[in-house]
Amino acid sequence: MKYVCLVYAEEANMRALSPEAGIRLTDASIDYDTELTQRGHRIVSQALEAPSSAVTIRVRNGKMTSTDGPFAETKEHLAGFILIEARDLNEAIRIAEGIPMAQVGTVEVRPVLSMSHS
Amino acid sequence: MAAGETENWERTIADIYRRDSGRVRATLIRLLGDFDRAEEALHDAFTEALAQWPRRGMPTTPWTWLVSAGRFRTIDRLRKKKRLQAISGELAMRIEGEAEDAAGMEPEEVADDSLRLIFTCCHPVLPPDAQVALTLREVCGLTTEEIAAAFLTTAPTLAQRIVRAKTRIKDAALPYEVPPRAELPARLEPVLRVIYLVFNEGYAAHQGDAVIRPALTGEGIRLARLLVALLPDPEAVGLLALLLIQDSRRLARTDAAGDMVLLPDQDRSLWDRAEIAEARALLDEVLAGKEYGAYTIQAAIAAEHARATNADATNWPRIVEFYDLLRIADPSPVVELNRAAAIAMRDGPAAGIEIIDKLIAGGELAGYHVAYTARAELLRREGRAADAAADYRRALSMVQQEPERRLIERRLAEIA
Repeated sequence: MKYVCLVYAEEANMRALSPEAGIRLTDASIDYDTELTQRGHRIVSQALEAPSSAVTIRVRNGKMTSTDGPFAETKEHLAGFILIEARDLNEAIRIAEGIPMAQVGTVEVRPVLSMSHS
Repeated sequence: MAAGETENWERTIADIYRRDSGRVRATLIRLLGDFDRAEEALHDAFTEALAQWPRRGMPTTPWTWLVSAGRFRTIDRLRKKKRLQAISGELAMRIEGEAEDAAGMEPEEVADDSLRLIFTCCHPVLPPDAQVALTLREVCGLTTEEIAAAFLTTAPTLAQRIVRAKTRIKDAALPYEVPPRAELPARLEPVLRVIYLVFNEGYAAHQGDAVIRPALTGEGIRLARLLVALLPDPEAVGLLALLLIQDSRRLARTDAAGDMVLLPDQDRSLWDRAEIAEARALLDEVLAGKEYGAYTIQAAIAAEHARATNADATNWPRIVEFYDLLRIADPSPVVELNRAAAIAMRDGPAAGIEIIDKLIAGGELAGYHVAYTARAELLRREGRAADAAADYRRALSMVQQEPERRLIERRLAEIA
């Protein structure tokens, strides 16, 4: 089964980290990615730029509008994701628990919906 | 390597996962002292098997290879993370202990690991629903999603039940052991109950996943067999006999339209004779021992039904005797109701109606539709159609399950 671990963070909490703690968090995140790859769990993972770099797109009645920033102003924003392969939801939870960012932000585990043409 | 060959290996290793992952996990939990660490190790071991076996061939005893591989990968990872020092001394020694290589393990010790795991999953400090979920996932190897589908709950709810149970086991530092003899009767009781629940969840006329539910009856029987092989307690043997006889009727329990068929109306030629024979042999052995409990008595009642060629040829006096024992071993209003139905078969409907009247008046069966369908059945046989119809209507107002509702409606139409 595939699950995506959505990593959320609060910008204030991230800014509050000391430079050393920030480096440790980055290193630990890269190491965990490597570990998950070696163990056959990681499909793809990415950290994301800050929400201020986002552009939100909508198409209505064939007409496109774009706005600066994320879709909704929330305290927590999407900071990255890891798409994993796990046996079941409990294994996915155990993998999510090990994500270093879980110690600073929150991780949402969601099963991937498999779509098919009907 | 050719694509076909890789596929063959994947299939072989998937088969070994189905057959052996239970005991590999059970042993890893003992060696590593932690459910989650053992799950990681199990995953690592199978990943490594997939990488190595196609090149080097399959080891002679795959499962001991898997235990060693899982353990060494865990040691490696813990060393890298320098966490080994943080783990208490005794456990670190156990994890690193070269002497305790699985290849040198005695068969009894391995069997004990499966038994330890069952007792830990069914430990009385865990809530009953967590015992069932944990047993299905850790002992039977079902996934969280499969268990959730079987129990008509959501995967997140079930996942949290399992997470909490594991936290509870860790916080309470539950020993991973087969309980000492003095505690055994009390500790065996929840194990037997969990096995019965697993089976019954698949067997009962609930709605739900049509694929998973029959698998649960199979898991229940498999668990009971495992328990009997490891710990031949008379009640465990009695439980296995009970499950086998109930399972023997599975093809006769529903008709072509998927509606329920009650015991007296079942086509007995559809009963699985091999399962009945196995159950009877087990039962003879236990009943000879003079020390048995409620599961054995229920199995003995079921075996009496299995012996008869039809409902009228049933040895009802003997069934009543077993109910007399059952109401001592496991007293409940439901047992009283079943006893009343058996007495009605032995002595005539009026005797049964008299007992059921008292039970209903006692109030303990309030809201239990079977009390009314049972009495309705007897009233009908007494020729009191109007009274029977009134009871069937009362039962209809209480019944929850759709197949049972259809059955009562059919009965009501028959006497109208």
